[in-house]
Amino acid sequence: MNWLVLLIVIVMLAAAIAVLSLRNLLGALAAASVVSLGLSVLFVILRAPDVAMTEAAVGTGLSGVVMAMGLRRLGLWRVEATSSEAGAEAERRLGLAQPVTDPEGERHDV
Amino acid sequence: MYRVTSLLFAVGLTVLLFALVSHLDFGHAPMVVGESVNRLAAEQTGAANFVTAVVLGYRGIDTLGELAILFAAATAAGLVLGHKRSENSRREADGGAILIYGADLFFPLLLVVGLYIILHGHLTPGGGFQGGVILAAAFFVPVLARPGGGLNHRALSIVEGLAGASFIVIGLWGLWGGGEFLQPMLDKGTLGELVSAGTLPLLYLAVGLKVGAELAGLLTTIAETEANE
Amino acid sequence: MMDLSGPDLGMVLYGGAVALAVIGAIGVATATHLVRIVLAIALLEAGANLLLLLSAYRFDAIAPIIVTGREGVDSMVDPVPQAMVLTAIVIGVGIQAFAMSTVLKVHKVYATLDVRVLLKKMEQEIDAQAGVEPVSSPQAPDRAGIPGAAAKNVEF
Repeated sequence: MNWLVLLIVIVMLAAAIAVLSLRNLLGALAAASVVSLGLSVLFVILRAPDVAMTEAAVGTGLSGVVMAMGLRRLGLWRVEATSSEAGAEAERRLGLAQPVTDPEGERHDV
Repeated sequence: MYRVTSLLFAVGLTVLLFALVSHLDFGHAPMVVGESVNRLAAEQTGAANFVTAVVLGYRGIDTLGELAILFAAATAAGLVLGHKRSENSRREADGGAILIYGADLFFPLLLVVGLYIILHGHLTPGGGFQGGVILAAAFFVPVLARPGGGLNHRALSIVEGLAGASFIVIGLWGLWGGGEFLQPMLDKGTLGELVSAGTLPLLYLAVGLKVGAELAGLLTTIAETEANE
Repeated sequence: MMDLSGPDLGMVLYGGAVALAVIGAIGVATATHLVRIVLAIALLEAGANLLLLLSAYRFDAIAPIIVTGREGVDSMVDPVPQAMVLTAIVIGVGIQAFAMSTVLKVHKVYATLDVRVLLKKMEQEIDAQAGVEPVSSPQAPDRAGIPGAAAKNVEF
């Protein structure tokens, strides 16, 4: 049981770092949903089935849908990362892999 | 400079949180209120699920405040985005055969599951919030499959208003009956049966309908916003 | 539970909750894209919820739901923090949806989602409405003269 908890916590933290570092915002959103899913499993282990159910329905499902609809409206719904050379270069220079600005995020359509 | 500042901020927050956490003894919670709730909830509210007893019985006014916040958030989102979808705007293609038939197939199933979870909130894990989200999903999936059909915002706001009003009316009923606001009324019934726990299932039904209508309206509002060109 | 070999459960869970909250806070502080900031707020919220729920846990206790009879009432976990977390999760998604709709509106008005570009555009707008020239300090780096100097900091 303890190893299972450790595994879930590691997956959650890795996904949380991915939320901040992935260039593709759709991928970041998926990583946020992974964090939420791991959280709901932890809630079951912590004897809170009510809260786990809420987290699974609300945190994993609904908030993901809300953000995904928003991304689609913003024109950021891209499955593969189409990072330009300049963007990748700037990312390497900053080291933190934070997109300074999404160069194509401002004009792409769905 | 900017990154150094944020790094310092993160280190400081970590130290603060660990200072807080080091005082907590994991696995030996000092239950002061919880002990009494666990001992008395079954007699006082008749609910087998003590989380429901806390959410609707002991902290009912808290739930009313939560509903108000949710209502404010949904209304504010509707105000910010507005309903300006012109008729001649670019129509989106529908979701394709799989999504359309899937939506038709899943609509009754999601409806049944959502209502089941709401109505069994006082017996099993679940309740108005979880079931309300599932109801919202049930009404939103057809909107995804057939864009432009849309939900009737007027009907949604009527359902929402009636549910919120009935929550308050049930609360006032407790006040009128000589107790506190939101005091559980009616017969407690037998512990563990569907019709038991007095007014708690009615309150959860109101919460579920209100949450479902609000979230369905919110999702539809975001979905109907004009795509940026 | 305690006899099992393995890492200390409390340390792992508390460490995970604190790390999740700190990662979310770092994201809020350093991210430059508005959508990423909204996602980071969700992470911060997840860490806080986990921390709150951990304070309710007891070893060898059951979930606060009576299944049959009345047995087990003495060894249940605390239902009060669970009810609070239940409330917090639902409020969280409402706030997130409102934040997302605000982001949509910002993108419609300013056509950008980078907070630094947004700040510049808003300052320009305020200057234009006040009818003053943009204030330039003598110590400010010369953005107009050197090509590429501006692009190093902010890309339009």
